[in-house]
Amino acid sequence: MSLISVKDLTVSRGGMPVLEGLSFAVSAGEVLVLRGPNGSGKTTLLRTLAGLQPPYAGEVTAEPESVAYAAHADGLKATLSVAENLGFWAGVYGGHDIEPAIQHFNLDALRDRPAGNLSAGQKRRLGLARLMVTGRPIWVLDEPTVSLDAASVMLFASAVKAHVAAGGAAVIATHIDLGFEETVFDVTPFKARMDVVRDDFDEAFL
Amino acid sequence: MIRLLWRDITLAFRSGGGFGLGLGFFLILVTLVPFGVGPDGEMLSAIAPGILWVGALLACLLSLDRIFALDFEDGSLDLLATAPIPLEGVVAMKALAHWITTGLPLVIAAPALGFLLHLDSAAYRWLIVTLLIGTPALSFIGSFGAALTVGLKRGGLLMSLLVLPLYIPTLIFGAEVVRRGAGGFLVATPLAMQAGITLGAIALLPFAAAAAIRVALR
Repeated sequence: MSLISVKDLTVSRGGMPVLEGLSFAVSAGEVLVLRGPNGSGKTTLLRTLAGLQPPYAGEVTAEPESVAYAAHADGLKATLSVAENLGFWAGVYGGHDIEPAIQHFNLDALRDRPAGNLSAGQKRRLGLARLMVTGRPIWVLDEPTVSLDAASVMLFASAVKAHVAAGGAAVIATHIDLGFEETVFDVTPFKARMDVVRDDFDEAFL
Repeated sequence: MIRLLWRDITLAFRSGGGFGLGLGFFLILVTLVPFGVGPDGEMLSAIAPGILWVGALLACLLSLDRIFALDFEDGSLDLLATAPIPLEGVVAMKALAHWITTGLPLVIAAPALGFLLHLDSAAYRWLIVTLLIGTPALSFIGSFGAALTVGLKRGGLLMSLLVLPLYIPTLIFGAEVVRRGAGGFLVATPLAMQAGITLGAIALLPFAAAAAIRVALR
């Protein structure tokens, strides 16, 4: 039984299709790594999976409210402390304990530091720690390792491993090798053809 | 949703949060008016209801573009849109937080400033009542305007143009109640109209604003 599956999916950015004919399924315990050059539509695909934008065509099947999304921006408030930032998201997602996440990502010493004073890598760790307090089975991650050092990448990789071992799944767009058993999915062959005339509804207008 | 309300209020009070921006603007505007129009008490008391209401309205407008723009820039809005709370609830809570940090201080400060403008003593009561009833409409209408312009850099001008016409009924009825109250006339009709606008805005606009945000996030 797959946690999330897509069938004949076309995703669009600004009304223009960027990827078409995508079909894959991710089961519990599985990690799907998306690869493709910059601008190939990985982010657009992930935003569609997270439900932030509707599919252009085809369908995405997942349990409602099962996806936790993390993108380039971590959604941190500079004037709130590390614990306050994490506590807010834990509260929004139903009050999970923030301690395991703080311990796992080595944020204990930074607990009362305002997020605005953190380094880029520390912010990233806090942004990823947020995933652990959401309690959602599917993690959809867009370049999660940007600005992380080697040790933090290992922390992140072990968090993903623990998550999938506990019956979760992850879809990750990344350029580096994270060192776990993964299914690699290259999006390049699915690039949408520009010469096909599509319906003339101007979605870019919306 | 209470967490979101509490976070927004906390953020407003932390440094750079913008609490007091509207209040400060309101104070400055109302204290400057007597210098501009002269110390004639009769004239001041005649224009006081209008000045106080226009001041409150502009003060509300000042901090509107921050409602969603900051969350949009740091990615929180993406995360809130995928969170278990409905986006309509997010909008309503953020508008409520805006009212608590901007509208409510104006209601509390207005009587003191009415004194500066020789506001008729019978009108104080109505000034507080109309501001209390009317300022939530300013925050909720404003959140709709802010949602429409959330993806735009420097969307403040466009937002003001969109929002100001929608503010006019609240302004007219609010100032009218205070004017009638000062003259000792019946105030029920404009007060009911104003309350209706506020209730309508609270009931409907979170849905419109959430729809606008969904489009902006695509």
